[in-house]
Amino acid sequence: MRRLAVWLILAWAWLFGRRGPEEEKREPGREGPAERVEFDVGATRRLENVVIFVLLLTAAAGVGFAVLYVAYPDTQLLGATLGGALAALALAAVVAGKRLVPQETAIEEREGFGDPDEREQVGELLTEAGEGVSRRGLLLGAAGTAGAGLGVALAFPLASLGPNVDDEVRRTPWRAGRRVVDSKGEPITADRIEPGMFLTGFPEGASRQELGASIVIVQVPLDELELPPERMAGAPEGIVAYSKICTHAACAVSMYRHPKYEPTAPRAALVCPCHYSTFDVAKGAEVIFGPAARPLPQLPLRVGARRELICAGGYSGQIGPSYPGVRKQ
Amino acid sequence: MRRRAALGLAAVFAVVAAAALALAGAPAGSQEPGGGAPSAERGRVLFQDSCSSCHGLDARGVRGRGPSLRGVGEQSADFYLRTGRMPLDQPDDQPMRTKPQFSDDDIRSLVAYVGSFGGPVIPEVHPERGSLSTGLREFTENCAGCHQVVGEGGITGQGVAPDLAPVSPVDVAEAVHIGPYVMPRFSKELDQHEIDSIARYVQYTKHPQDEGGWGLGHVGPIPEGMVAWLLAGAVLLLVIRLIGERASG
Amino acid sequence: MIRRAFRFVDERVGAAPFVKRMLRYVFPDHWSFMLGEIALYSFVVLVATGIFLAFYYEPSSARTVYNGSYEPLQGLLVGKNYASTVNLSLDVPGGLLIRQTHHWAANIFIVAIVLHVFRIVLTGAFRKPREINYWIGVTMAGLAIFEGFAGYSLPDDLLSGMGLAIAYAVGMSTPVVGDDFSFLAWGGEYPGSSDFWPRLFTIHVLIVPIILAGLIAVHLGIIMRQHHTQFRGGRATEGNVVGTPMWPGYALRSIGLLFAVAAVLVLLGGLIQVNPIWEWGPYEPDLSTNGAQPDWYLGWLIGGLRLMPPLEPTVGDYTVVPNPFWGGLLFPTIVFLTLYAWPFIDRWWLGDKRRHELLDRPRDNPRRTAFTVAFFTWVFTVFAAGATDRVYLLGDIPYVGQVWVFRFLTIVLPLFAYYLTKSICQELRERELRPLREFSGETEVVRERPGDPVGRA
Repeated sequence: MRRLAVWLILAWAWLFGRRGPEEEKREPGREGPAERVEFDVGATRRLENVVIFVLLLTAAAGVGFAVLYVAYPDTQLLGATLGGALAALALAAVVAGKRLVPQETAIEEREGFGDPDEREQVGELLTEAGEGVSRRGLLLGAAGTAGAGLGVALAFPLASLGPNVDDEVRRTPWRAGRRVVDSKGEPITADRIEPGMFLTGFPEGASRQELGASIVIVQVPLDELELPPERMAGAPEGIVAYSKICTHAACAVSMYRHPKYEPTAPRAALVCPCHYSTFDVAKGAEVIFGPAARPLPQLPLRVGARRELICAGGYSGQIGPSYPGVRKQ
Repeated sequence: MRRRAALGLAAVFAVVAAAALALAGAPAGSQEPGGGAPSAERGRVLFQDSCSSCHGLDARGVRGRGPSLRGVGEQSADFYLRTGRMPLDQPDDQPMRTKPQFSDDDIRSLVAYVGSFGGPVIPEVHPERGSLSTGLREFTENCAGCHQVVGEGGITGQGVAPDLAPVSPVDVAEAVHIGPYVMPRFSKELDQHEIDSIARYVQYTKHPQDEGGWGLGHVGPIPEGMVAWLLAGAVLLLVIRLIGERASG
Repeated sequence: MIRRAFRFVDERVGAAPFVKRMLRYVFPDHWSFMLGEIALYSFVVLVATGIFLAFYYEPSSARTVYNGSYEPLQGLLVGKNYASTVNLSLDVPGGLLIRQTHHWAANIFIVAIVLHVFRIVLTGAFRKPREINYWIGVTMAGLAIFEGFAGYSLPDDLLSGMGLAIAYAVGMSTPVVGDDFSFLAWGGEYPGSSDFWPRLFTIHVLIVPIILAGLIAVHLGIIMRQHHTQFRGGRATEGNVVGTPMWPGYALRSIGLLFAVAAVLVLLGGLIQVNPIWEWGPYEPDLSTNGAQPDWYLGWLIGGLRLMPPLEPTVGDYTVVPNPFWGGLLFPTIVFLTLYAWPFIDRWWLGDKRRHELLDRPRDNPRRTAFTVAFFTWVFTVFAAGATDRVYLLGDIPYVGQVWVFRFLTIVLPLFAYYLTKSICQELRERELRPLREFSGETEVVRERPGDPVGRA
């Protein structure tokens, strides 16, 4: 470790070296080696023995680590031996630094910064470049215009870097006529669902990794269902599907609380485990608690000839978290 | 010869007396008049005493206090009673797992009584036939949102989804079918193999494979942050207090 | 051998005077000056362990069938990023030790940075001439937080995948440009294109570490140039530095700290589990778990997101400010802007534009200390609000009620903290400056030796 430190210092010296004579002439303040004020030599043979012993402990622990790695690489044992080796080395270094080597207090003078004369000279050196130039203002103005023009030109390719957001979000894998399947690919039938259950559905043949793919399907008794009239047809037999992606921050809405005994328990709702946005399933998944500001969009369904659930159109709104154009029709 | 016979008789008496005493030390609950083997009739008596104030004398429920139990079956009665969720102090409370108030025999009686009104029987479950990976997959999809992915429990905004450490495989099967309190039900969604697998996975979550050392409760960053600040931070502050000043004197 | 090497270099670049100055460089002695070094040495451990991890991690979300040793994942379709990290953790000897050491090092890196920032702010070390170094430090703090988030998101497990979704939503919520920004970062709608993972990997492994290393070098270089600050007392003046020279005392102690930090991190990495991704399972956009949290240094943001009511102002069908913006972006922006502006606030408010080489004790500047404590209390209250669901689970205190209480506390507690801290500081100073201020008996002036404090009751 000491050798490494020395090599690092040498590297720094090679990069920044040759600074001797000019520095010492500077005013105000002085710089130079620190003035020694106290110098206590405290090394004893006992302290030396302590350091030697601890260093040998380091070596032993290191060997232990190597043996374990090959023979029995249990994480806890590996950590204990390597950590122990490092701790022993730390102890050796600290004991050496605090007790073995001479303890010195020194005083070093600080240098001052901010010499107005030097700044003056810098300013003059820079403006020398303009000697002989007659229409400096015009030149600077032309340079400014060039920069502005080039900057504007460069900005244009940036705008076409990403795909158009509204189109992408609107494009979900659901099409009218697509069957609803579960995560194992089996079609979901209307008989598989009853009030109190909730299932996750996906479009048949589409990738699970698309944000617009997953839907939550629940059944609400028809006399309790309060959807806008044009959306009631999309909930046959009270089976209603909503996007599973929370309109707050895109987590999967994976909680469904459904009271078995109504007067004493809260309304049936989908709840998101991230920030607890709560969506009332009987009322079109409107938000009844939490930070989400938009209801979950509904995916209209119909029941097919063999009772399978089939997509009957696009979502009633944009799925996923809000962005500037999310409410555009 | 006579002394040996006498000793032998004494020994027989001692054995019989010990056996009688052992049998007499039966658990309490079978002490009341009419006690004996669990039965639906005994269950009816217990029901009148302990349950009818909320569920009605005829188990048809009392509006504002408790639902009808007609048709819920042995399954529900067994779940709620065996886990101590019922009887409930206040109708508005969330039923939580606690020490059962009834003895095993009394529970059987009550279960028989409630079951006499029809409904699902206590479900079968065989965790040893399930698969852990099916269990992880189904549990994550259906249960983790409320109960947390290794069953450490969670909340649903209103209502607690308890941690699953005290849960038995039968509890899993029953709860999945019933959907107690605000839990959804999964009766038609999960087949027997999936329920067996979920039960097996829940057993596993009681002692997950903590390869990395102390598991810190398996809930992730909150206890990890506490270790970073209160353990590592404290230790390192101590270290620099020791190192920070040169040796004085 | 060292002598010969040194002679080689010195005869070619004249390094001896420089090295002599370095060896005699004086460090003032106070334990709180070593907090920054804890951060530095954590960074060293991060780089060393990170190189090992980078050899195993596969930056790809392409699906593969898991066939490692962990039974609950057998046969499941998971991303290669996830599978490679699980494989490193469970099927590579020593792999989990290195991975956990790396994660703990990230946590302690930021703990040390926060403590260090506290020390800087409470002692006035950010004042002239050190504002530039202070801004570099604040920048590094922000980069460290981002880097940690990127790092623990790489395995794409259930917990971190949820976090990435939220980050995407917070990006989308930036007014005017949010949607384009998130789409640019992810290459389309979340979960993004297959390019996302190699890019996140490159940012985490190459770009941010290089920037951090460069900033650290400049940070240390400026300290060397300006010399460290020191507390008042003894022989210390505004014009000198009193302490221990670099060689041998301070260098050995600092090296000792390096090994002590490494020891703590390795012991944590072997003995205390962190982020057991095999237990969480892989991420899919349609999955989530209760009790999901970001690592602690982002916990203040989840508190902000949970506390905000559903405020989402619109004009017609144009959404002006999507909801996650308030808690997820505006809140941290205010905090960081305040941190950056701190030297100016301090100068303007306290009316002090001079150069300072001597530090204040926290009590010496009651208003600054009180403001610091109040500001921290505000952030910490929002942070605590992020854990209220677990408090409900463990302590039976309803969640909705807690949310309302915390909304109230985030406004009231900082004010309370300000006044409390200010009076404590003032009281402490009064005790030192005027120890007899509450005395009401007879006094007699006694001076035993010249220079003794006057007054004895």
